[in-house]
Amino acid sequence: MLKKIVIANRGEIALRIQRACRELGIQTVAVHSTADSSQKHVLLADETVCIGPPASAESYLNMPAIISAAEVTDAGAIHPGYGFLSENADFAEGVRDSGFIFIGPPPEVIRMMGDKVEAIRAMKKAGVPCVPGSDGPLGDDIDENLRLARNIGYPIIIKAAAGGGGRGMRVVYNDASLTSSISLTRSEALAAFGDDTVYMEKFLGNPRHIEFQVLADQHGNCVHLFERDCSMQRRHQKVLEEAPAPGITPEQRHRIGERCAQACKDIGYQNAGTFEFLYQDNEFYFIEMNTRLQVEHPITELITGIDLVKEQLRIADGQPLRFAQEDITLRGHAIECRINAEDPKTFVPSPGRIELWHPPGGPGIRVDSHLYSGYMVPPYYDSMIGKVISYGDDRASAIARMRIALSEMVIEGITTNIPLHEEICQHAAFKTGGTNIHYLEKRLGL
Amino acid sequence: MDIRKVKKLIELVEESGVAELEITEGEESVRICRYPSNVPVAMAAPLPAAVAAPVAHIAAPTAEQAEAIPAAEPEGHKVTAPMVGTYYSSPSPTAEAFVQVGDEVQAGDTLCVIEAMKMMNQIEAEVAGRIKAIQVENAEPVEFGQVLFVIA
Repeated sequence: MLKKIVIANRGEIALRIQRACRELGIQTVAVHSTADSSQKHVLLADETVCIGPPASAESYLNMPAIISAAEVTDAGAIHPGYGFLSENADFAEGVRDSGFIFIGPPPEVIRMMGDKVEAIRAMKKAGVPCVPGSDGPLGDDIDENLRLARNIGYPIIIKAAAGGGGRGMRVVYNDASLTSSISLTRSEALAAFGDDTVYMEKFLGNPRHIEFQVLADQHGNCVHLFERDCSMQRRHQKVLEEAPAPGITPEQRHRIGERCAQACKDIGYQNAGTFEFLYQDNEFYFIEMNTRLQVEHPITELITGIDLVKEQLRIADGQPLRFAQEDITLRGHAIECRINAEDPKTFVPSPGRIELWHPPGGPGIRVDSHLYSGYMVPPYYDSMIGKVISYGDDRASAIARMRIALSEMVIEGITTNIPLHEEICQHAAFKTGGTNIHYLEKRLGL
Repeated sequence: MDIRKVKKLIELVEESGVAELEITEGEESVRICRYPSNVPVAMAAPLPAAVAAPVAHIAAPTAEQAEAIPAAEPEGHKVTAPMVGTYYSSPSPTAEAFVQVGDEVQAGDTLCVIEAMKMMNQIEAEVAGRIKAIQVENAEPVEFGQVLFVIA
């Protein structure tokens, strides 16, 4: 088994990775910025290395610093967590070329799936249903672009090939605005991602966001771990997630899941990953793949009983999966609420000192958070300070348990979005289930 | 138990109100006590081999020792590591060190090398002055912000 790894991340996910390492007897090296010396996982780590000043670009995105830290501590592998460098193919390559194990897919696969145009091509080839689209990058021929758009049918959406996660997109409703929209999106893409390649897709008006979790070892074994519904979003950021997705039939689950697992085999995928789909009118449409562990992985862990981070470490160690698809069963229902240090109404970030941290507990409640009383939430990073996850035999029980947990939680010293979550759990539409990705913003009047 | 770890433990005692800290790892142990003069001292003491797991005994802080006193670090301009890597005091294993304590340096003089990812990065003095102290040892791993030299 791996002996020592560098956890190249911060906050709750760094703690999560550390917990899996400690369980497997793997020593942890916590790399951190000067602003993060008092993080819980840093205080608990076997070794710590300060890698830079607070700014992410100089610390958590600083590839040489992280690889150096692995060198000086003699670690064997690096776990990138989510965000930061987790989907950076150059980083994965640098890690590998420096003689360390990157806990994730091979750099070539990260690169391919990071190019949204290439990813869609690969998925089409693998028989994964995709959104009707331009099937390739857009050229500069205005007439051709108009033809493509009319063929697909308005409204269409222009997307940056190097984008993702809701960034670098523009919806077009008619011929009149098509050409200018394409130019604008190109300039934005160039500025944000260094690549002005764009493509076109049919714009789905009322989709749900449903994604499938996969695991693949280094021996060609690939499995899916069912789906998650992440439709509760604000500005393309997930607020609340649940598994399984309400209303999805076992047949749909099996069919799409199997396609995803097969696609993993076809592209040579390794380690954990997620296939994201838009779901509308009973049809699934692939939009992109995330080649890393996701924030909402705990809900999949609870309905399958499989520890995804431990599996990531085992896979990176070269071990074959210890279970086959038929061994993975779905049981119960899980919901996750992302707790952010922000005002629940204005969403203005709220960093500062946690005066009192009182987490909930009881049956079916899991709290993934790095907070402790006295901890200073720094202003330099994203505002998520923890996740509360509820699990029950069915959806009603998971919702009830979540409501109870949210009512027990106390976080003093900063403002959080706990009141927003408490409100969502009361919404009739949420209780019924199946709301789409525009629901929350519409409901909040944003 | 390496020097970096012991250094970190000393820092921990200094920063907290802790009076006494003892850490055991396998057959090695370190006990750090804050004496009445408030200067932390590290003592390595061999323990009977029966101790299996690392254990930290932390004595309750006494009332008089509420304030942590920083170690006696020399006054002056601190040259800190701008990167993570391995500190080397000389350009090669057989060569002389770039600088010694007491040397006069000009701004821009190379003080040491930090090796990171197989590349040797020269660290230069930002100010002119006299090397008052060298806070690291040859071949020691250093982290971002770690104090390397003090220039008076």
